[in-house]
Amino acid sequence: MTTTVRRQESASASSRARLARLAQRQGALVILVVAVLAATFSFESFGTAGNLSNIALQASFLAVVALGMTFVIMSGGIDLSVGSVFALGGVLAAWGAGHGTWAAILLPLGVCGLIGLVQGLVIARGGLPAFIVTLAGLLFARGLLLFISDEGSTTYKVPPDSAFRQLAQGEFLGIGYPVWLVLVAFGIGGLVLHRTSYGATVLAIGGQEEAADLMGLPVVRTKMIAYTVSGLLAGLGGVLMASYTSSGVTVLGVGMELEVISAVVLGGTLLTGGAGTVLGSLVGVLLLQVIKNVINQVGSLNSNWQAVISGTILLVVVTVQRWLATVQRRAP
Amino acid sequence: MTDSTLTRAESGTRRGPRRDADWIRRNGVYVALALLLAVNVAVTDNFVSEDTLRLQLIQVAPVLIVALGMALVIGTEGIDLSVGAVMAIAAALIPLYIGYGTGVAIGIALLAGVASGALAGILVGRVGVQPIIATLGIMVAGRGLANLFGGEIKSIRDPGIVALGSQSVLGVPYVVLIAAAVAALAWFLVRRSTYGRQLVAIGGNKRAAELAGLPVRRVLVTTYVLCGLLAALAGVLLAARSQASDPTKVGLLVELSAITAVVIGGTPLSGGQVRIAGTIAGALLMQLITATLIFHDIPDSTAQIAQAVIVVAAVYVQLGRRRTRR
Repeated sequence: MTTTVRRQESASASSRARLARLAQRQGALVILVVAVLAATFSFESFGTAGNLSNIALQASFLAVVALGMTFVIMSGGIDLSVGSVFALGGVLAAWGAGHGTWAAILLPLGVCGLIGLVQGLVIARGGLPAFIVTLAGLLFARGLLLFISDEGSTTYKVPPDSAFRQLAQGEFLGIGYPVWLVLVAFGIGGLVLHRTSYGATVLAIGGQEEAADLMGLPVVRTKMIAYTVSGLLAGLGGVLMASYTSSGVTVLGVGMELEVISAVVLGGTLLTGGAGTVLGSLVGVLLLQVIKNVINQVGSLNSNWQAVISGTILLVVVTVQRWLATVQRRAP
Repeated sequence: MTDSTLTRAESGTRRGPRRDADWIRRNGVYVALALLLAVNVAVTDNFVSEDTLRLQLIQVAPVLIVALGMALVIGTEGIDLSVGAVMAIAAALIPLYIGYGTGVAIGIALLAGVASGALAGILVGRVGVQPIIATLGIMVAGRGLANLFGGEIKSIRDPGIVALGSQSVLGVPYVVLIAAAVAALAWFLVRRSTYGRQLVAIGGNKRAAELAGLPVRRVLVTTYVLCGLLAALAGVLLAARSQASDPTKVGLLVELSAITAVVIGGTPLSGGQVRIAGTIAGALLMQLITATLIFHDIPDSTAQIAQAVIVVAAVYVQLGRRRTRR
């Protein structure tokens, strides 16, 4: 709470602090713009419509998951289970596609939402650390996935004539459905965060949970909803991936939770909760995806460089964020 | 803080079930370990044998070493996600420098752990980045670096390294001896040294420790350096044991096992307390759970679901006291 007050004061007081604040909030956007411009001039194949829409499509799977994670992190929590839940959603969708399009969509969303709900219950009502509970959730979802796929040996295929394939393979105005879906989802997410009492409650809990509780805000319910939505969206990401690849790949999503958390943090959401923007997370996801794409364009670099560069950028961005926060605090 | 001390004082004066419940909370990990051991002795064929014991101890040693470093970091209210990647880097460096001699190769591998720990410590202690983010960045970049150094799987034939991984003194494998020595050292650091007391004070209340004039930054950097060093040591031992280094696989998800061992051993994630004996028991318990599931041919799926339930149940029982606040 004190930080918001301080931030307001400093913003009105000093233009330097205002600049610092802008850079802190939009740091990832600046890097993204620079990276895109540099890549466009360096590689002829980067700026083509085909490549750009491909980046958008590839980013959309991660972006869906990052939206849920953003709310969880803003409420002061963390969700390590999303990678496993993503994979589980994909396998359930591919299995369900054999029983009709609706089964392919509703079954995974139901199961993944339920996993999120249970985690939320244990965290919010039971008072257990989110880190441990969602870590157990990571194991649980992966175990469930192995169970329904005969220990990972069966890869379910979406039937060739299934309408379910259209969900991620179809296009509107030359841009894949998943991209449109992500835009709509982030639009709704932004409205919920900035224009509803639910969003305000999430930020208040993240800022200081005990104060929010004493003010009579529905802490338990709010946190439960955040984890449920995170599970639901991770499942949706898996559904989209299953539709896109026409199969339920069992080994997906390992380490995805870390990529998603990096994206959210790059986007300026504080891991201590209480601050952040939904749009920032989208920028963070796009930045990671652009890095991946650029690495692919440079033929001589392999995917290990991508990990090194992504990790380094994360460290540099958080270091600069900390530094800018100090500048703000020092401002009169 | 006040809540827990209050209830603890209360339960001291009361008798009966409340007190028993408290005792279980504090010693749950030992009880669970004893129970599971008893079950295995009764049910599992060939469980009580020197070979089984030796194999289990060899397998748990690297995780235990990592968990001890992790316990120190968690004691400062931090966390270190980079340990698995550091293990991979250390293991990848061994075959690269083995040409210069066994000692040099091991030295460089350990040095890499110190460097990575120093980076984490500076980011957390000096810059003020949150531990989970600082070490997440190092983890991602570190795994990439390990793959760049190591490339594909390399086998290690150096006699010194092979001996380290496979020989024993008086029937006790070197690997187990080293783990035991690290555990003793960690216990000494936490219980008997100034550093240990400062660490616990910082984890309990960083601001108060700062105001009291404790060298907060130095202690934080030291702690992450120790954790990195121990992770590198675990990586070296793992490479020595398997006589190979596979940077994509070494130490994968070890951060999660280590954190789990520390937490079910009774060290709270909120810092201010380090339980070395509990951490050892926690690591042994996790190993025994895995081993039990393997002994009885329980498929991976069921094993993972069982682990998830056990972890949550263990933490639930332990947090009982603090949970009453909510």
